Amino acid sequence: MTDPVPYRREEKGAQPPNLFASYVSAQKRAPKEPLVLMPHTLSEVTGPVYGHSKVAPENSDLTRQHKGEPLGERIIVSGRVLDENGRAVPQALIEIWQANAAGRYIHHRDQHPAPLDPNFSGAGRLVTDAEGRYKFTTIKPGAYPWRNHPNAWRPAHIHFSLFGPSFITRLVTQMYFPGDPLIPLDPIYNSIPDAKAAARMVSRFDLETTVPEWALGFRFDIVLRGREATPMER
Amino acid sequence: MAGQTPSQTVGPFFHFALDHKGDEILANDATVGERIVIEGRVFDGDGAPLGDAMIEIWQANAAGRYDHPDDKQQKPLDPAFHGFGRCSTDPDGRYRFHTIRPGPVPGPGNTLQAPHIDVTVFARGMLKQLMTRIYFEGEPLNADDPILGLVPDTKRRDTLMARRANGKDGPYIFDIRLQGQGETVFFDV
Repeated sequence: MTDPVPYRREEKGAQPPNLFASYVSAQKRAPKEPLVLMPHTLSEVTGPVYGHSKVAPENSDLTRQHKGEPLGERIIVSGRVLDENGRAVPQALIEIWQANAAGRYIHHRDQHPAPLDPNFSGAGRLVTDAEGRYKFTTIKPGAYPWRNHPNAWRPAHIHFSLFGPSFITRLVTQMYFPGDPLIPLDPIYNSIPDAKAAARMVSRFDLETTVPEWALGFRFDIVLRGREATPMER
Repeated sequence: MAGQTPSQTVGPFFHFALDHKGDEILANDATVGERIVIEGRVFDGDGAPLGDAMIEIWQANAAGRYDHPDDKQQKPLDPAFHGFGRCSTDPDGRYRFHTIRPGPVPGPGNTLQAPHIDVTVFARGMLKQLMTRIYFEGEPLNADDPILGLVPDTKRRDTLMARRANGKDGPYIFDIRLQGQGETVFFDV
């Protein structure tokens, strides 16, 4: 059997180190031993397939999961999932989660004394279409405090979890909002060594996907690891 | 060429979005193969359990075939087995999967890989996921496994071995130590 075509390795500067000193929780959770470099075998270039997953429409509209409408600024977050070679990634499972407009998660461990919204859970999922496109309707999450350092606040963000075509194209990231003054102060954002690469996590306001009299549009394209060369090119 | 989107931590508040009931059960009554339970605990550098980690696994079926279009082997697919599982840890840092023992799969060149399960760990404090593998103690194919062979230190290699807890029917135990003494081998993929 011929060896599978490997994926490109981590892009230098674009991915965080395991240990980033100003992110306090990382200090006891990052390995000290060097990782063992391994080739990509059949086990790594395969992964769960979501092409036939049935995802109900309300799963991608977080404003319609309850009886009433959630409070906050209604937004539409859309974009494409691509690989490093610029190819669309169809049938990628995207799961998102976020705080409500007041900066509070529905999660039982969130102790921030901001109100919960009975009309907002903050979780969504969908599968990208044949061109790698996706679209969520939600509300803009609020910033919230955390205990990393004195007076620490997370910038407003939406968590994204993605499955691409293989187990090693798995990506968990966060989408930020343009112009947020908390971004330059955030150790999680700042863990990305290359500032240009970090900026890829900031969505951009998009008038084209803004729906008149209804919701602001934000664009967020996501790039997963791509193959070194396609089998046809070999 | 487009640049990779950076990874960010899964954070502490993912459960309401990512925990789906039954995701830790990979095998049902119709699945072919030897049923096994794999469980373990996840620990930090102080030996404290991680109550907010999430483990994902990916494995071949009993015949050694992946349910994925890129696996073109002439081995049977199992319609009752897809090979992906997800489990978040409880306050004691414990996870548990109900699955089947995977068959061997091809490795680089003409090698054969011993039965194994790919494992990804996510947690608050982890800016990107870590990847490791579960192998099975006592499996004769381990001796020639090309990936185990990349870990020269036998003591470190042992961190990749799941061990039967109570004799031959007990669950396999696979603890994950993120840092320090007995640190699990993680792979750069």
